[in-house]
Amino acid sequence: MARSLGPLSRADVTGAAALALVLALVLGTLVAVTLRAEAAAGLGPADWAAIRFTLVQATLSAALSVALAVPVARALARRRFPGRSVLITLLGAPFILPVIVAVLGLIAVFGRAGIFSTALGWLGLEPISIYGFHGVVIAHVFFNLPLATRLILQGWLAMPAERFRLAASLGFAPADIARTLERPMLRQVLPGAFLVIFLLCLTSFAVALTLGGGPGATTIELAIYQAFRFDFDLGKAALLALVQVGVAGAAAIIALRVSLPEGSGAGLDRAVTRWDAATPLLRIQDAALIGLAALFLILPLAMIARDGLPTLLHLPASVGWAALRSLAVALASAALTLALALPIAALAQHRRSKLAEGIGTLTIAASPLVIGTGLFILLFPFVDPSRLALPVTALVNAVMALPFALRALMPALSQVEADFGQLADGLGMTGWARLRHLWLPRLRRPLGFATGLAAALSMGDLGVVAMFAAPDEGTLPLTLYRLMAAYRMDLAAGAALVLLALSLALFWIFDRGGRLDADA
Amino acid sequence: MLTLDHVLVQWGDWKLRADFRIERGARVAVLGPSGAGKSTLLAAIAGFQPLAAGRVLWDGADITPLPPASRPVSILFQDNNLFPHLTAAQNVGLGLRPDLRLDKAQHIAVEEALDRVGLEGLAARKPGQLSGGQAARVALARALLRRKPLMLLDEPFGALGPALRVEMLALVAEIVRETGATLLTVSHEPADAKALADGVILVADGAAHPPVPTSEIFADPPEALRDYLGQPG
Repeated sequence: MARSLGPLSRADVTGAAALALVLALVLGTLVAVTLRAEAAAGLGPADWAAIRFTLVQATLSAALSVALAVPVARALARRRFPGRSVLITLLGAPFILPVIVAVLGLIAVFGRAGIFSTALGWLGLEPISIYGFHGVVIAHVFFNLPLATRLILQGWLAMPAERFRLAASLGFAPADIARTLERPMLRQVLPGAFLVIFLLCLTSFAVALTLGGGPGATTIELAIYQAFRFDFDLGKAALLALVQVGVAGAAAIIALRVSLPEGSGAGLDRAVTRWDAATPLLRIQDAALIGLAALFLILPLAMIARDGLPTLLHLPASVGWAALRSLAVALASAALTLALALPIAALAQHRRSKLAEGIGTLTIAASPLVIGTGLFILLFPFVDPSRLALPVTALVNAVMALPFALRALMPALSQVEADFGQLADGLGMTGWARLRHLWLPRLRRPLGFATGLAAALSMGDLGVVAMFAAPDEGTLPLTLYRLMAAYRMDLAAGAALVLLALSLALFWIFDRGGRLDADA
Repeated sequence: MLTLDHVLVQWGDWKLRADFRIERGARVAVLGPSGAGKSTLLAAIAGFQPLAAGRVLWDGADITPLPPASRPVSILFQDNNLFPHLTAAQNVGLGLRPDLRLDKAQHIAVEEALDRVGLEGLAARKPGQLSGGQAARVALARALLRRKPLMLLDEPFGALGPALRVEMLALVAEIVRETGATLLTVSHEPADAKALADGVILVADGAAHPPVPTSEIFADPPEALRDYLGQPG
């Protein structure tokens, strides 16, 4: 095995260095946090409440998302209609949607003055409030119902069409199909989908920051932020950070035992022909389900556009500056993501290791706030951390985007090496020559996608920056949060529209750039 | 002279042994049934296939530890001989410098090589804009430019029609004559072997047998070759 056990190449060294940096950020900050946590006095009742709330809301959010996604996915799986592929693409959008923008949209729909409460008022009912426990759950369902739908839809479409044909020839009713075909599939798909969403909700910060708070609706992440920002109790923040890592780590270990689904979204563009589902009643039911799900997704964003457009020209200059800072952070973060992902992908490919998957699991369970706390503890003795707010944000965002970039790059890189690796080896194309003349040109599509994703995620991130940044030096999401906290909802809607447009534009430009005149 | 010294390639139960020499400048066809290990034999010589035992030597020097690019070998695969995102000229230029930083003389050499294989004026085309025969010529132009003493063909013309294949083999014969290279070519067609090669290596039953002069082997084929050719015994 001269190739895989050969001497360390320069590419291997670069990959190992990138890997070491990621591990240092995720695990090194944890060490810093642990050392600091010894000084803490222990967990108080409020902290236990935060732990309980985190677990309960994550369980409920994941359960609701998955339960609601099953009928929607079934409807999408068995119906063909104009706009179906657009809707399925849209189901992927919440992933790159800035959390704070969606929250603002949800407030416009479900808040006290929102259209939902107005409608309730016509019926003579009390308006509802979106703040607190159920608001956090609604927001999490908004983000994760589409994800769950895509994952479950994949399960439906993975069932061979011949089985449904056989079922039709045997005269199966929908109930028979559910029993013999669909439920066994769901038993396989649902645990993975539930766990992914549970993990995502465990580390939820921006939603809890904006809709939660108070004793009844504080997540561990939010408690870390509060210990940090309001009490400046680094020991307490560190102790909570350890709790967060423990909870997420336990969940990640369980997740390793259940195979997590791949959210590739490939091949969702076809519908299964279902001879049993042609009854008018089922047609109406499916149409209603698809319509409601689409409305739930589109309405909050439409509200942002409605409320934001009129104030767009009256936005204060501070919003413009924040947008520029955010753009710089997003671009730097995307560049960093690539600088980390490419060498790690190359190392994993060359050494044929499972490293990429390991990193993916590690960072999905890692919490940006924990990394932020650790960095703060490490940096505090030497510099004023607020001066490093933007670079630290870009770096942490890059590490958080890394698993998604690796997931996009690894299969493509394996394919390139399978097709052209021997040719390149025979010609002696190593190091830069291989990167420049083989990998970069052949990986344009996944690179464009990964860059766009990393840039959009960073653009919309409201996490570490909230811990570090001074009031007038934050990113656009932070400025938007401050406008909301000051109840300047009109200006907030305008800023949200700007943020939404920038996030989507960043993703679109890079993803598009990767597709333009790419050679077959 | 190419020497395979007690070479053994092994994948689980599957084995291929080779122990023979090929004289400098020889043109040898590698024949045998599918799955017998013809491509594996070439991959072992080119350095893509690690050996379980034995050595590969060129002119007495052990090349077994060398990576593919450092061996005195040009190899053409069944497919993917060109990078689809690079032009014909760039694909040829890679044979001179893997980082494509060519000086003026090298650019001229690339153009001359393309002219030599009959591709005047097509230097700027990418493989997608070339016919199968033209793409094969680009790969040959690169092999011509690299001037490696050993040329290995792993059925690179398999997808071409019969007339085009004969044309390509004629071009190969010319190139080999010009460069003085030693040629090993895998083939499914006994006719190709008769036309091009002066020796035949039969790969069958877990072994690559030493080369036998073409005229002899077809006059009195051994049993394994008879089975492969489907001739009555």
